[in-house]
Amino acid sequence: MVQDKPGVLNKLAGMVRRRGFNISSLTVAHSEQNNYSRMTFVVEGDEATINQVINQLYKIIEVVKVSDITKENVVIRELALIKVATTPTNRPEIFQLVEVFRSNILDVSSDSVIIEVTGDENKVDSLLAILEPFGIKEVMRTGRVGLIRGISNSI
Amino acid sequence: MKLTGAQIVCESLLLEGVDVVFGIPGGAILPLYQTMSSYPDLKHILTRHEEGASMAADGYARSTGKVGVCMATSGPGATNLVTGIATAQMDSVPMVAITGQVGRAALGKDAFQETDISGITLPITKHSYLVMKPEDIAPAIKEAFYIANTGRPGPVLIDIPKDVFTEETEFIYPETLDLPGYKPVIDGDQFQVEKANKLIAEAERPVILAGHGVIISRAYNELLELAEKAQIPVITTLLGRSSFPDAHILFAGMPGMHGMAYASLAIDEADLVIGLGMRFDDRITGNVDLFAPNAKIIHVDIDPAEIDKNVKTDVPIIGDLARVLRQINKIVKPKTHTKWLKRVEKLKIDHPSLRIRETDKLLPQQVVRDLCEITDGKSIVVTGVGQHQMWAAQHYAAKEPNLFLTSGGLGSMGYEVPAALGAQIGRPDKVVWSVAGDGGFQMTMSELATIVENNLPVKFAIFNNGYLGMVHQWQDIFYGKDYYATSYTGNPDFVKLAEAFGILGIRVTEKGQSLDAIRQAMDHDGPVVVDFVLAKEENVYPMIPAGQSTADLMEEKFDDMEVSKRGYIS
Ligand SMILES: Cc1ncc(C[n+]2csc(CCOP(=O)(O)OP(=O)(O)O)c2C)c(N)n1
Ligand SMILES: [Mg+2]
Repeated sequence: MVQDKPGVLNKLAGMVRRRGFNISSLTVAHSEQNNYSRMTFVVEGDEATINQVINQLYKIIEVVKVSDITKENVVIRELALIKVATTPTNRPEIFQLVEVFRSNILDVSSDSVIIEVTGDENKVDSLLAILEPFGIKEVMRTGRVGLIRGISNSI
Repeated sequence: MKLTGAQIVCESLLLEGVDVVFGIPGGAILPLYQTMSSYPDLKHILTRHEEGASMAADGYARSTGKVGVCMATSGPGATNLVTGIATAQMDSVPMVAITGQVGRAALGKDAFQETDISGITLPITKHSYLVMKPEDIAPAIKEAFYIANTGRPGPVLIDIPKDVFTEETEFIYPETLDLPGYKPVIDGDQFQVEKANKLIAEAERPVILAGHGVIISRAYNELLELAEKAQIPVITTLLGRSSFPDAHILFAGMPGMHGMAYASLAIDEADLVIGLGMRFDDRITGNVDLFAPNAKIIHVDIDPAEIDKNVKTDVPIIGDLARVLRQINKIVKPKTHTKWLKRVEKLKIDHPSLRIRETDKLLPQQVVRDLCEITDGKSIVVTGVGQHQMWAAQHYAAKEPNLFLTSGGLGSMGYEVPAALGAQIGRPDKVVWSVAGDGGFQMTMSELATIVENNLPVKFAIFNNGYLGMVHQWQDIFYGKDYYATSYTGNPDFVKLAEAFGILGIRVTEKGQSLDAIRQAMDHDGPVVVDFVLAKEENVYPMIPAGQSTADLMEEKFDDMEVSKRGYIS
């Protein structure tokens, strides 16, 4: 949880980079509380590394609360928009896959469709793998967002 | 009452107890300067370079414990502050830097003298503000001073666009702070304190490693009490020098790269290291895997991010050092460590790191000793960076707390002139000696004019070896004596230079002249530059090369020493 102030994202990203940690995914958006944003980001590392990241993040004045949610009982989701090449013949097959993956078709044009899929990283990865042979033209992934189940993690 | 942004800055600074600011005006900050002219209680010191302003603010802050304030205009003025800000950040010095910025409409358009100074200083400030409305000025200043001088102190930058200075708004100085993400922990966790007490009770060979935190938290008495009560030898870091009396029987030197060998060796043998307000810097630990191999570690620091950063800790205690020490002292049982203290004494005898060899030459080590003798260890010593800095740290045996100001973390050459200026303004009751390198002195010597202008009686001891001595030493030891780009062949005549500034200049070329020259400088009521023309080619020992351990310790060998130990330099 961070205060909504100009430059906060920059400070966080700078801090993580400067200390030699690597962010593999990052999402930011307004939280349920006014003037606060919730950021979810993924940093790979052992416990000592993660503790360092957390302590370093707390040095940023606008950072109000940092939780390592890996160890918690969490719901993690990612959304992806996938533009796949289509031909009139393979279109039904693609539509079927979309159904199996409980994803949606957002747009259909003469030679491509845009698919929206939400799920954990694995689900998105496997849909991408299955669509690969048809020809993936563009992918936009949000990166992971997460919330701890049950208890309130507000500040 | 409606005030302009500039008036709000001045009023707020006064409310924060500021009495002096260091800076240089220019277009973007001019509205503030033209307002300050009617605030005589805010004394402005016009430096010759903005680095002088930020480093003077640093010297002022370190010597007083108050927040140092510096100012600069946008663009080059602001970028010139940068080294001083970074110096303060690395050494946890409370500072507020106020910069003028181009007008709001011009921001982001590469306007004349526009630089994104809050962006540039992002990694070297504790916090920063770009104030876009006059009503945000007062809260920003209130927060800035609070953030700068609480928790782990550090520099805070406030960047204010020119037209924000001139716009009017209601002036209300906030009474409370709205900083939900900033709550420094003050008291140590009692559970950890008790664990620490247990380790102290069990230890047979404990050492205390006292750092800058002792000085920042003014925990001198608490440190003394713990050391005496539990009979623990005290070793200080470079920035911890003068946090514990050198003359105390429990004082066991400074460890690390150019520390006293016995201090590093004592840490090797210790079964408990108690780090107090220090950060296990690489100049102290060398190879961390070989640092204190036999010891459990208690680490007390106000900054949680220092815990386990460099060295794995057994008992971490986060809090204000003086408070935590009081918590520990309350429960710690009196102890004796006769055997261990004897062992440390033996290490001191076997490794006489502070011994100076007999010679007719003017040795830098001896000059520091002479300084210490004439000043009775009671002057504030401000150093540059390099060999002279290490000799000063080794041989200036301060008798009072907080007398040793040096750029430890960043290692900023040039610190010696402006920081001495700032320290003298902060402590008019003290004699301030700048122990200067001929290299560093030339980086900031323009501030001599500022010193003269403000009648500051700062004394300079230039350690003139004609070299970038410390680099020369590395070339000597690690680069096959390839002395490239470290020799000065065109140094100015420092005596004449002093005279050109209207300052008394004294030259010392012989060993026998040193004491008299220092005495003369002390007696002169005004600034003095003493040019010590030193024996060249002198190296600083002991030395543990970067990233190594005491296994690679190099010490100076004396002819009358029959012990043949590893790694002596002949
Ligand atoms: C601003 C800056 N530039 C370069 C260095 C690298 N450096 C460290 S010590 C040193 C030599 C300093 O020379 P001098 O001030 O004459 O001191 P000496 O070592 O000769 O006592 C240099 C160049 C530094 N620390 N700071
Ligand atoms: Mg030199």
